[in-house]
Amino acid sequence: MRTGAVWSGRIFAGLWPPLLFGVGFLLLWEVFVLLRDIEPFVLPKPSAIFEQLRENLGPILTATWDTGRNALVGLALGLAAGLLAALLASRLRVLEELLTPLTAAAAAIPIVALTPILNTMFASTSSTPRRLIVMIYVFFPIFINTLKGLRQIDPVHSELMRSYAASPWTTTRVVRLPGALPYFFTGLKIASSGAVIAAIVSEYFGGLQQGLGPAITSAAAASAYPRAWAIVTAAIALGLIFYIAAVLAERLAMPWQRPQGELT
Amino acid sequence: MSAPRPPAVALEGVDKRFGAGDTAVDALTGIDLTVAAGEFVSLIGPSGCGKSTLLRIIANLIDPSAGSVLVNGKPARQARLDQDYGIAFQQAGLLEWRTVQANVELPLALHGLGRAERGRQARELLELVGLAEFGGHRPSQLSGGMQQRVAIARALARRPALLLMDEPFGALDEMTRERMQSELIRICTETRAAVVFVTHSIPEAVFLSQRAVVMSPRPGRITDVIEVPPGTRDEDFREADAFYATITEVREALRGRTREGSP
Repeated sequence: MRTGAVWSGRIFAGLWPPLLFGVGFLLLWEVFVLLRDIEPFVLPKPSAIFEQLRENLGPILTATWDTGRNALVGLALGLAAGLLAALLASRLRVLEELLTPLTAAAAAIPIVALTPILNTMFASTSSTPRRLIVMIYVFFPIFINTLKGLRQIDPVHSELMRSYAASPWTTTRVVRLPGALPYFFTGLKIASSGAVIAAIVSEYFGGLQQGLGPAITSAAAASAYPRAWAIVTAAIALGLIFYIAAVLAERLAMPWQRPQGELT
Repeated sequence: MSAPRPPAVALEGVDKRFGAGDTAVDALTGIDLTVAAGEFVSLIGPSGCGKSTLLRIIANLIDPSAGSVLVNGKPARQARLDQDYGIAFQQAGLLEWRTVQANVELPLALHGLGRAERGRQARELLELVGLAEFGGHRPSQLSGGMQQRVAIARALARRPALLLMDEPFGALDEMTRERMQSELIRICTETRAAVVFVTHSIPEAVFLSQRAVVMSPRPGRITDVIEVPPGTRDEDFREADAFYATITEVREALRGRTREGSP
């Protein structure tokens, strides 16, 4: 498809400046560490980090997969819960008054504090507490953004649907839900990379010895700093993958917001 | 034709008061107005005279405080539930995520028409407003005038006997506006729909209507009803003496020189 080619061309055009900047930054970093003779435990060279990444690719990928799976399951659960709550709250004012302070309280839960408690609630071999942490973290941005989107309705659309004698549910389906998509995806973009961070944080407090968190802890404990940095790099990559997936989902779900050729 | 069609709109003693107590505002008082089937009537007046409120009362989007509202011989609420009217606003109000064709299909789909049938009807409607080849476009790809034509096609979708329009050309430039007025005349002749048309442009009201209903604010009321001389509404009519004479008449009525024996 021609438009598809143009579109991906635009993406690459937008991609090369940050790529160039990133490569330049890594080069400067490398030169800086070499010239100033900085110790690896203070700041390892990027080349040493990539070396470690290559050598430990298998274990790092396994750890990334474990964390990624927890983040994905938690994200899906939080997404479903947040969407459902927003839909209900937008339809029933009582429920909104009930849910909004509760979700604000849920957003204020320090996940760092909750993790050890959840860990003791479940078996130490269970991934469930980690997934729950991610879910709690994800719920709020999804709920609050989607609800705002569902509440916004163009007065013209509102009058139009009333002139059609459309039921409130039909109005939600035809006007409010599609209109809320930009808001929902704003929430999803915040939640997506946040889900990875929450998944890693949840791994620092006991429980299973798998995932990126324990891997970083044990590498640092063994003074293998370049390896710890290599794992951090993998964590960043995982967060980026989640974020990019959210951006792609947004473009797919809202084709009308894609740049289009002007009408001649 | 068998039985004569009931009037498109029959208003009797319609009042509308917003708020209560000391802060209450009388938006409309003592409105009596009948619009015959197939008749084109404009509501004209300064801001705050309640013309848009009156249109919304006819559409049953808001309820009057007093009085009776009949649309097609039925209570306004029933007429709305039966989709007896189509409505268009100053903003086209198209759903940006739907194609032009899907926007026109919306009222048909909500009324349970099958996919093939509503597709056929929507294409006919788009042809009627001169946008046959734009069905697959997104609203954002169209100009303001084209979007407004889509909104008119959508308002006509259920073949309503009554078309309600709230300053539909208010946001368009003068050239586009005059073209749209001629289009609207043609469409109304073809569909034989009655029209209640809210505007604050005097030439627009005179060009389009058979009667111009002049309203004044505080409290909103009808001060005059001016008959526009019959005649083909073409570009020649815009230059005709009768056109200018009626414009003067409406302008003077708006300034408050109410004549004797006005209805």
